[in-house]
Amino acid sequence: MLLTQEDITAIWLSLQVALTATAISLPFGFAAAWLLVFKTLRGKVILEVLVNLPLTLPPVVIGYFLLLLLGKNGWLGKMLAETGIQLIFTWKAAVIASAVVGFPLLVRSIRLGMESIDRQLIAASRSLGASWYDTLLTIILPLSLRGIVSGSSLMFARSLGEFGATIIVAGNMPGRTQTIPLAIYDYTSSPSSTTMALSLCLVSVVISVAVLLLHEMLDKQLDRSTAS
Amino acid sequence: MRIRIKAKKKMGSFSMALNADISGDRIGIFGNSGSGKSTIVNLISGLLQPDSGEIFLDDKALFSSQQGINLPPEQRRIAIVFQQAMLFPHLSVKSNLLYGYKRCRAEHRHIKPEALIDLLKLKPLLERGVNRLSGGEKQRVALGRAVLANPRLLLMDEPLSALDNTLRFQIIPYLRSVSEEFNIPYLFISHSITEMQLMADQILVINNGEVLEETTPEQLARNRMAHSQNGYLNLLRLADPVDQNGLFSYRWGENLLLLSTGNISGESLFELSSREIILFKKHPEAISARNLLECTVAEMFSSDGRVGVVLSAYGKKLVAEIVRAAADELSITPGSTLFAAIKASSFRKLR
Repeated sequence: MLLTQEDITAIWLSLQVALTATAISLPFGFAAAWLLVFKTLRGKVILEVLVNLPLTLPPVVIGYFLLLLLGKNGWLGKMLAETGIQLIFTWKAAVIASAVVGFPLLVRSIRLGMESIDRQLIAASRSLGASWYDTLLTIILPLSLRGIVSGSSLMFARSLGEFGATIIVAGNMPGRTQTIPLAIYDYTSSPSSTTMALSLCLVSVVISVAVLLLHEMLDKQLDRSTAS
Repeated sequence: MRIRIKAKKKMGSFSMALNADISGDRIGIFGNSGSGKSTIVNLISGLLQPDSGEIFLDDKALFSSQQGINLPPEQRRIAIVFQQAMLFPHLSVKSNLLYGYKRCRAEHRHIKPEALIDLLKLKPLLERGVNRLSGGEKQRVALGRAVLANPRLLLMDEPLSALDNTLRFQIIPYLRSVSEEFNIPYLFISHSITEMQLMADQILVINNGEVLEETTPEQLARNRMAHSQNGYLNLLRLADPVDQNGLFSYRWGENLLLLSTGNISGESLFELSSREIILFKKHPEAISARNLLECTVAEMFSSDGRVGVVLSAYGKKLVAEIVRAAADELSITPGSTLFAAIKASSFRKLR
């Protein structure tokens, strides 16, 4: 297997981006799922559409919107520039792109986990003296753990493969913002680099299989801990 | 304990208008499914907010739309035992038991976990996961968990209806003894008259989201005699039988009763339908029924065309059910002497 120094950087960057995007999204995903499952809100449909929108939009469109928002003249980009923060064409932009694209997958899985919780368990907890946030931490969170694990795995895997939105907001700069899919894209545009492209594809497969195996293991572990 | 409720609640097409003021430590709420029994549990515990009105527990306002009071469930100190035990599946039996206890303020912790664990015989189960418990064990843990929260009131929302008949009557003594031992009043919700007879002193009968009447379990059983599947059910506690040709001979007041079922030792609870008792004006000469009791009619009541005859025999009472024509033909009136025949197999062992 042939891997250049730049490829290795791309692998590490991909892992870093996917991990950061998943970690940052988790609390927001949990909160969004909780709102959608347990709260009666006016305009819940709008929240639902907003959360799921990235799933139906082409990633390139998401990337373009993010560029408009975070770019030098963008509404948020301008404000950030004044405080000396630049996101566009950095690895942080890749994190944001991955987080937005993967968010619906995360929320959907956590939501499924939460919907399977019997409401009377929550009622029992409240009547035993637990406040709503105590119930959230001691009942809802642990009982949604399988959903959280499966949502995180999905989101991590999706982030590893993120291409369309990333290339627009983070660019494709080897050693700086180039992740595995972007590097493969580069190799495929030159006919002499087929082996290099295949090597990175193989790395992709190995990481994906590892993520899925880890997910299965954790899921089994959680299943066992509730069955004992 | 005194509960005052004057509350309205509309949920879709179902609307509830409650008006009740009831005192006692063992209160029953009786009603058919869909009558609104569980809604009452949710309103009292604070899991559901009334649209208007007020709910008082003794002198404490739990909810008052006028005064703008709505205590959250965790501040009401009202624990619930649900129909399904609703144990937290990710926690051990011990952690389930102590869930409410840990959240209870120190000054309210007057029940010691060890004492309750002993009473409910939960010690061997403590380290187990809750998914490895039987139905009866689960309900005992749920009861223990609710009691250890040191509540001012225990709401039992059909806690026995998910259990089979044998288990149901095994759990009842636990429910009663826990409440008596630790001095916790309860509200017992059920659609079973037998359970009401065993658990409650006063009863609110609920129908279509309204309080139909306040009554006693005895009165309720008598009123519903004609419409109940098995008539009025006489409950008999009998202990330590003697074997008599393969039958169980139990002492009942100053007399003996022969039963085809029983436990070799200890106390058992039996049910005898009012429809299984045959009345004779004179002593029948030969009869296959193994029990023939000479009794006097203490009182009579009617339930929708049927006549309930309260028989007094050997210092005990039994209710027999006959049709109006039989009562007239036999000229049965209070004070009459009658013979009651009961087959040994008519007694159904509940526990």
